[in-house]
Amino acid sequence: MPSHDEIHIGERSGWRRLPAVFGVIGVAGLGLGFLMMGEHKAEFYFSYLVALMFWMALGMGGLFFVVVQHGTRAGWSVVVRRLAENAMLTLPVCGLLALPVVFLGAHELYHWTHLDDPAVLNDTMLAAKRGYLNEGAFKARAVVYVVAWAALAGLLWTWSTKQDTAADPLPLTHKMRWIAPISVAVFAFSLTFGAFDWLMSLDPHWFSTIFGVYYFAGCVSFIHAFLSLVVILLHRSGHLRGVVTPEHFHDLGKMMFAFTVFWAYIAFSQYMLIWYASIPEETHWFSYRGQGSFLTLSLVLVFARFVLPFLGLMSRRIKRNPKTLAFWSVWIMVAEFIDMTWLIKPVHAAELGVFELHFGASDILTFLGIGGIVLAVFTWATCKNALIPVKDPRLLESINHENA
Amino acid sequence: MAKRPKVYGLLAEYETPGELYKACEKVRDAGYGAWDAHTPFPVHGLEKAMGLRPSVVPWIVCVMGFSGAGLGFLLQWWTSVVDYPLVISAKPFNSYQAFVPVIFELGILLGSFGAVFGMFGLNRLPTLYHSLFNSDRFSRVTDDRFFISIEARDPKYDPERTRELLESTGALHVEEVED
Repeated sequence: MPSHDEIHIGERSGWRRLPAVFGVIGVAGLGLGFLMMGEHKAEFYFSYLVALMFWMALGMGGLFFVVVQHGTRAGWSVVVRRLAENAMLTLPVCGLLALPVVFLGAHELYHWTHLDDPAVLNDTMLAAKRGYLNEGAFKARAVVYVVAWAALAGLLWTWSTKQDTAADPLPLTHKMRWIAPISVAVFAFSLTFGAFDWLMSLDPHWFSTIFGVYYFAGCVSFIHAFLSLVVILLHRSGHLRGVVTPEHFHDLGKMMFAFTVFWAYIAFSQYMLIWYASIPEETHWFSYRGQGSFLTLSLVLVFARFVLPFLGLMSRRIKRNPKTLAFWSVWIMVAEFIDMTWLIKPVHAAELGVFELHFGASDILTFLGIGGIVLAVFTWATCKNALIPVKDPRLLESINHENA
Repeated sequence: MAKRPKVYGLLAEYETPGELYKACEKVRDAGYGAWDAHTPFPVHGLEKAMGLRPSVVPWIVCVMGFSGAGLGFLLQWWTSVVDYPLVISAKPFNSYQAFVPVIFELGILLGSFGAVFGMFGLNRLPTLYHSLFNSDRFSRVTDDRFFISIEARDPKYDPERTRELLESTGALHVEEVED
């Protein structure tokens, strides 16, 4: 078994300062962003939504990772599960941070809310969708997601940390396993409808049933990249050495590779059906993403999100070497940001009729603001408890894990 | 007088995977090249104890996979652009988007062929005759015994010293196998 200092953040460790540092960055970033908004409300909320959906991918990925490991009684992942649980805890926080979008910014972002505009009111397609796409239901659903995420993340996190000091750890493992399949279903529905509500309804005429899976693919890549990166940083500060080994890096890298391919599979499935059928209300979504500087962005996305990481993560050596794995982890997170920008920003530009990607102060401030709060929660939880679930019955199996 | 039969090598028998593992480390450290371990089931980490280098199968799969994808594209490009161009829903002849599923499937197909037949080739399968089956004791390799065979063609092979090495690893039984 690893020593106490290896699996706890020490009282005098630099990690202890991070929650406060990130908290200040977060509050300052969001505060400044709100103050600077002024007349440019739409610009601010579009930037805010990009940052929000980017950081939400971390919590979504964390929740998915945790429930899948419990549901499949996985052994290999136990040594990184606590970090994923801490990441999962940021999901309800992101859910709360989504409430400004739903309650304050909906008119800036979602043009189907403009019922005072006769063009919207009398639009046949929007009228047909009004049973789902109306502000009351939209707000109610947001509240339901936040409650569901808070309940699942809260329960799983509390049970797991309680197990660290429990006299009999087994019943808690059984409880977490019992709730895992229910959580998978709740996760799948809340993620899909969350992606429909907050991302897809930006362009309310357009629809794609695979859209939730598209966002999900990014979330899963993100959590594996994030876990690799955090473990590599913890190794540098003398934690988890000999606990998380190249064998675990190899598996995390394999998952990043797999979900890079999965993203491409889903993204292309969505694209090809629309391209093939060539129905105007479907193709226009891709059409304005092929105009002006968005064409460049679309091509960058294909290479950054699929072609380059596909080739780069193929080798076993690259996945087992912390330095090269760290490089591709950062790469994948950047690709997620490009993806969210590609999904969200062109809608605003197309409404204005200017097909140029605008990147300004509000993008940086909202990114730092939401990121600061998310990372403050993550680092606070990481400092609070042991870095691994010390009493998990599969802990030794996980430490000794080897790829065949 | 009958000709003395040629020798394939020495065969050592072990009772447990643990003993086999330790014996493999000794044979590896003694610097032998033409030798193998035989077990009724996969033993984790044995490739490290044997000092095996990573397999070249992934490289075969890589080359075959990309060839499959390339051929998949050429096949469709040639049929729909050169040999029999048809206008389908007003799309260009060279509609690479529509080619992707077949490109993908052929990449997978040839990649899998590369994996299966590459493995067959590297393992020299199917092998219809193998000298080790001249040993009666070797039939237990599919049941409950573990074996190491060192071939006589190995430059380090010496009937006396190799036997001493195998005996020093705690083998239950060491025997010479005919070719």
